[in-house]
Amino acid sequence: MMEPQQITPISIGEVVTKAEQAKKDGNRLVQIGCTKIGDDFEILYVFDKDYKLTNYRITVKQADEIPSISGVYFGAFVYENEIHDLYGIHVTGINIDFKGTFYKTAIKHPFSVTIVKEDDSCQNK
Amino acid sequence: MSKQITIPFGPQHPVLPEPLHLDLVLEDEKVVDVIPTIGYVHRGLEKLVEKREYTEYVFIAERICGICSHIHGQTYVQGIEQIMGLEIPERAQYLRTIWSEYSRMHSHLLWLGLFADSMGFESVFMNSWRLREHILDDLEATTGGRVIQGVCKVGGVRKDISPEKLDEMVKGLRGIEHELQALMNVFLHDSSMQHRLKGIGVLSNDDAYYLGAVGPTARGSGIAIDLRETGYAAYGKINFKPVVEPDGDCYARCAVRAKELFTSIDIIEQCVKKIPDGPVDMKVTGAPDGEFLSRAEQPRGEVIHYIKGNGKKNLVRHRVRTPTFTNIPPLVTLLKGCELADVPVIVLSIDPCIGCAER
Repeated sequence: MMEPQQITPISIGEVVTKAEQAKKDGNRLVQIGCTKIGDDFEILYVFDKDYKLTNYRITVKQADEIPSISGVYFGAFVYENEIHDLYGIHVTGINIDFKGTFYKTAIKHPFSVTIVKEDDSCQNK
Repeated sequence: MSKQITIPFGPQHPVLPEPLHLDLVLEDEKVVDVIPTIGYVHRGLEKLVEKREYTEYVFIAERICGICSHIHGQTYVQGIEQIMGLEIPERAQYLRTIWSEYSRMHSHLLWLGLFADSMGFESVFMNSWRLREHILDDLEATTGGRVIQGVCKVGGVRKDISPEKLDEMVKGLRGIEHELQALMNVFLHDSSMQHRLKGIGVLSNDDAYYLGAVGPTARGSGIAIDLRETGYAAYGKINFKPVVEPDGDCYARCAVRAKELFTSIDIIEQCVKKIPDGPVDMKVTGAPDGEFLSRAEQPRGEVIHYIKGNGKKNLVRHRVRTPTFTNIPPLVTLLKGCELADVPVIVLSIDPCIGCAER
């Protein structure tokens, strides 16, 4: 078994500060990912140093604006444009902002809609 | 200052196996800025977790990429097994490791061939792919598939390999080792190769780390990141050292992949010596309830499968961060300041897999 992982909830206002601290501590940016939970969206920031992960999570609404960390980690622009295009969450201050053209999707913000059937129980249970 | 012009590179280009578009801003023949564009083949495979049971979804995970298909499947099932607290049989862990290293060899040989082709070395291209056939033959003989192996499942693997076949595989690999060495001598010591690759597309150690480079792109810049060191599958019981080159240029990235072929043979041989007898799978009941970031080392670098379940048969989220996706920002930095004629070689030096990156 692998080591258990901790995820620390933070506020939108702490995102850039935590990224700056992570970089100062010698972490690299591993990924930024989004998950839709009900009407909310969880955005997970993952940093790594010596194979140890540091994970921060913000929970936002689709109408919220979140600040870009591309000023801290240049490579964050790929994740932030992806979150905008697939979930419709606006990220402010991205260093390379594709303004909604990073992915060409047939449906606008396709991952902001969930089609799972909630009453399905597991067949293996 | 010369007048700046912007020229398009891709998505269709003779050296590009997959659709990546770059707007190259030039001053004379020098690249001064680069804007990358992907999105031509975005399939939204992650969305299918809503329609497929978590046990079936491994077939989707494997189809994210046609080159590192096995490792995608393995990383996905590892994440599910971690959430469900499953300790799978040790033999299955070793088998996953063996197939992972075969996948790495077939990917690296494919890339070495394409890389040689990008420089006009047609005979080296054909020899690389000829040797790759040996690897694909073993993959097909043991899994039934050359491209999509389909052997990983939640709780273990679907197929076993007999002790006779395992010995035969090691003998076969040792048998082609001298041919691989002869091929690598061309990549590493031929004066034309060195002239074409040394000092081209240099990525500094700091840039590689903070821009998020992974795999041979990072290791070619002196960053010893290799997720196999975390000990997933059977790697914790195997002795190996990541191949690291300090120079950060195209030659260094090529050298890392060339030398990793021999590391893979050593790992496979160790696995065959240590693999225990026993079952290769276990019964799995229930459904994952929790979340996990499952990581593994693909041929192109660290892959992450983020999995979140709520105890029902469909996952809430499956998000894949592929190595090529995170190697795009380093590519932008690599290209700034290079000559236009070097762009194809530099782009290929990160081993881009756009189909994988876009999922």
